Amino acid sequence: MNKSTLLGLLVLVIRRDLLLAMRRRADVLTTLIFFVMVVSLFPLGVGPEMNMLRKMAAGVLWVAALLSSMLSLGRLFSADYLDGTLEQMMLAPQSLSMLVLGKIAAHWMVSGLPLVLMAPVLGVQFDMPAQALGVLIIGLLLGTPILSMIGAIGAALTLGLRGGGVLLSLLVLPLCIPVLIFGTGAVEAVSTGLSAASHLSLLGALLMLALVSTPWVTAQALRISME
Amino acid sequence: MAINWFKYSAPTTFYGLAGKMIPWFAVSAAALLAAGLYIGFAVAPADYQQGEFYRIIFIHVPSSILSMFLYLIMAGYAALGLIFNTRLSAMMASAIAPTGALFAFISLWTGALWGKPMWGAWWVWDARLTSELILLFLYLGFIALHASIDDPRRADRASALLAIVGSVNVPIIYFSVQWWNTLHQGSTIKFSGTSMHIAMQQAMFTTLAACWLYAIAVVLARVRSIILERERNTTWISELPEVKG
Repeated sequence: MNKSTLLGLLVLVIRRDLLLAMRRRADVLTTLIFFVMVVSLFPLGVGPEMNMLRKMAAGVLWVAALLSSMLSLGRLFSADYLDGTLEQMMLAPQSLSMLVLGKIAAHWMVSGLPLVLMAPVLGVQFDMPAQALGVLIIGLLLGTPILSMIGAIGAALTLGLRGGGVLLSLLVLPLCIPVLIFGTGAVEAVSTGLSAASHLSLLGALLMLALVSTPWVTAQALRISME
Repeated sequence: MAINWFKYSAPTTFYGLAGKMIPWFAVSAAALLAAGLYIGFAVAPADYQQGEFYRIIFIHVPSSILSMFLYLIMAGYAALGLIFNTRLSAMMASAIAPTGALFAFISLWTGALWGKPMWGAWWVWDARLTSELILLFLYLGFIALHASIDDPRRADRASALLAIVGSVNVPIIYFSVQWWNTLHQGSTIKFSGTSMHIAMQQAMFTTLAACWLYAIAVVLARVRSIILERERNTTWISELPEVKG
């Protein structure tokens, strides 16, 4: 792999972070188990009535995904920050935004993608119809990367702070509300017989917007936190 | 005559200027508030639909407007501080945040007080209420981030970045919340487009002006405290009469 091109750099960072994650599989599993647990708590809390569960399934899965992604965000930069790797990355001649994008992508593959893969099983538990389930998965596929990208800004800003985890959620959750709205809105639209296309397009637009802006903002936040 | 625009961008000079301006803003805020409340309660007639309940708009509407504008002004100062590295801008941003949060809270609180008799519920998940609540969360996030970083320079810069990201997000949040609400059901509760009585308008604009002046006075007072705290080790602070005496 040619390390001098931007794409080569991106692949290199992703491979490194994935390798590190594979060496510590427990971390990956904790997020996934948390997701499954939160979703399973809802029927216990609101009662096993199937009609109600079917109606709230999308919302429950989305909120649980949002919370689980908050949980894993603290790990995005903290290990590299503690062992000094992050400092070396910032000194590197390559673009910091690209390095950050690579780290976010690897983070999503490790913490976001498993949730998307797990969601159909949980959706079936809530007796979601197949069509709604399909839209939910597409929505999660488009939405969870946005959560990782917005969360990266918060993770960079709260790097090395006391009580960073709770603070991080406080900063990031309000910014994630549009993703939640469009993600659940898509499922809602399909189950009332409308097309989900407009919601999914808006999610796609948000994804594009986040893709071009958040790595740069995160890089700026890292520079503020590390100076 | 050349005016030095940057003279008051230094905390040293701004401290004195703010001290001179505070009484003017505070007194005119109090006077306008008294006048506005007088017009609002004694002159303005009762609404033909809402009776006496509508009178809460004399504090509700100004605080909603201010909570939104103050966020933008705060983000503007934050951006100035980040771009030009001026200490005073960052101090202004952190001085504005508590006042903005206060107005957002007052707006929600008075809205609930009005909602109970008019809608029959303290809270409905109306698009406007929800976006005001999210705005309060954004203020709290800004304050919390600033408070949890010990190094003031890093605190200023980090919370400035957050304020800018927040202000880019505000329109997205606002429209998404609006679509979210209208997708579920048409908004059943809307201000009917009746034209307001002239006395009601006068009272509302007077209290709005009073709230603006109050906000400016309070922010200036708070920024003076921040300046004193941050620059406490400098000679000009130790030579101030109020510090010496």
